Amino acid sequence: MILLKLTLRSLWNRRASLLLTLFSIAISIALLLGVEYIRKEGKTAFLSTISGTDLVVGARSGPVQLLLYSVFRIGNATNNISWQSYQEIASNKLVEWTVPLSLGDSHKGYRVLGTNQDYFRHYRYSDKQPLVFAAGQPFDGVFDAVLGAEVARKLGYHLGDKIVLAHGAGSTSFAMHDDKPFHVVGILKPTGTPIDRTVHVLLEGIEAIHIDWVGGAQVPGYRISAEEALQKNLQPKLITAFLVGLKNRAAAFRVQREINDYKREPLLAALPGIALAELWQAIGMFETVLRIITGFVVVAGLLGMLTVLLSTLNERRREMAILRAVGAHPRHVFLLFVLEALVLVVLGCVLGALLVYTLLFAARPWVMAEYGFYLHTWVPDAADGLMLAVVAGLALLFSLIPGAIAYRRSLQDGLTVRV
Amino acid sequence: MNVIELHNLRYRWRGQTSDTLAIADLHVRTGEHLFIRGASGSGKTTLLNLLAGILVPASGSLEILGQAVYTLDGSARDRFRADHMGVIFQQFNLLPYLSVLENVQLPCYFSSRRKQQVGDLQASAYRLLDHLGLDAGLRHRAVTELSVGQQQRVAVARALIGSPELIIADEPTSALDTDTRDSFLDLLFREAEAQGSTIIFVSHDPHIASHFPRVVDLRELNQP
Repeated sequence: MILLKLTLRSLWNRRASLLLTLFSIAISIALLLGVEYIRKEGKTAFLSTISGTDLVVGARSGPVQLLLYSVFRIGNATNNISWQSYQEIASNKLVEWTVPLSLGDSHKGYRVLGTNQDYFRHYRYSDKQPLVFAAGQPFDGVFDAVLGAEVARKLGYHLGDKIVLAHGAGSTSFAMHDDKPFHVVGILKPTGTPIDRTVHVLLEGIEAIHIDWVGGAQVPGYRISAEEALQKNLQPKLITAFLVGLKNRAAAFRVQREINDYKREPLLAALPGIALAELWQAIGMFETVLRIITGFVVVAGLLGMLTVLLSTLNERRREMAILRAVGAHPRHVFLLFVLEALVLVVLGCVLGALLVYTLLFAARPWVMAEYGFYLHTWVPDAADGLMLAVVAGLALLFSLIPGAIAYRRSLQDGLTVRV
Repeated sequence: MNVIELHNLRYRWRGQTSDTLAIADLHVRTGEHLFIRGASGSGKTTLLNLLAGILVPASGSLEILGQAVYTLDGSARDRFRADHMGVIFQQFNLLPYLSVLENVQLPCYFSSRRKQQVGDLQASAYRLLDHLGLDAGLRHRAVTELSVGQQQRVAVARALIGSPELIIADEPTSALDTDTRDSFLDLLFREAEAQGSTIIFVSHDPHIASHFPRVVDLRELNQP
């Protein structure tokens, strides 16, 4: 007990110089906990990019690829699927709802998604969150567009603005559908998912802008104006993929098998949860890298502490002689250094945890408004506790060095006060 | 009973070719205040470290309070020192981060025997500080605010608390001026006698010797 008291008083006495050490430990701990938090939140957010959907169906490829182009709007579909097959599966008695997806065009680098009003009715992300409009409403007319939050923010669009879609997915496409511009009728709130980077239009809109196109290029001398297009049959013949909601989730595997065995054309039905987890595995390398980097930051913080402990050895020789004179064993002197490291690292952990908590609390409204990403309250779990325990163990290990030096010196010096 | 029974003691620092210390006989009776005169380099510090049980003699015997402390292990010697000895240095006797009162009480945290003997720790510390002429207002001050003379008196209080049998003083007056020095010595004697402690006082200063009933010269004592 007296040793702990001496440690605390001695630390307090040198508080000015130790404060920086404490801060560097606290910051490295905060980084460690913060990165771990972001990793976990990121994973949760990623895995809930799409929720409430039981199956994603597209042309036969791999589940990860299907997910990439249909949900993440990355890459292109290998093939389209026919409207007829879509209708047939949609009428399956186990299916409650479907949402068709048609991809292929873009606007200034942002993907354009052709769909219908059911998209806003059924699409869920995160914890079964529906899509919410920041302004306007779902599309109604063929040339109406609903923008994701990022599209509207980055490109500065407002309701009523006119936008022109480009053929293909590149940001510098030369083939523009400039004869049939769209009107912005709705802007979505941020979701923190790829929806923020998507321009949504009706399937009929996609059909209309391609009505005078054949094989990826406008047919020369053959023009159909926007008004004329509206008179034509805009029922699409092909779509890229569709989402399926079932009446009973338990039937997911059964319906999946039925779709995968579909005779008329090669289809693939993927369970989004499983495909997302698979995809996360593939891109999860960065997790490890992040952890390694923060590990080094923590070690650097502790090395800073070790340096301070070592540098105080000389100025504390007098203190050791006094303690020896009043009956302390060199073991007590050793323990003083170990306790000092322990107190510093425990304070550092507490301070670091408070820092993470405070920063997350402060950043929450901003992150929500900007990215539609709800930062959950940070609650340390067993893994965090284990990490902190490892850090404390490492600090103890480091403190053995100055402790051992002080032990040897106090044995040698005895009552001799060397100043 | 003798407080110190020293016979044919020899000590040599590692790596040295000759003995630093070789003392044929030294006996100190209980309550007898001994002045050991010795210039620096005469083996003074070595002798004090031997008496305090920090060092152990290479040969010969050294009994303190009838016990052959040097035969005990390190921890036991430290405990013996905590229980039976008070040490006063030349200066820098006090832990800078503890208050005056806490510095005085410090030995009792390392020795349950002295803590027991002292009874009420705080009252005892107050009494010692009062007797040594330190104001009640100084008790909770930081020791760094005190003058050197005051600091040395706090060191005396710390050495005396819990009534250890032996007080070892290593040039405690060398940082004091003559007036302060004399009153310091008077106080030291008075308080040590009040609780029956024996003083071993080492100094190079011959002027102090006159205060002591018994004076030995380390040069004569030490015949390597």
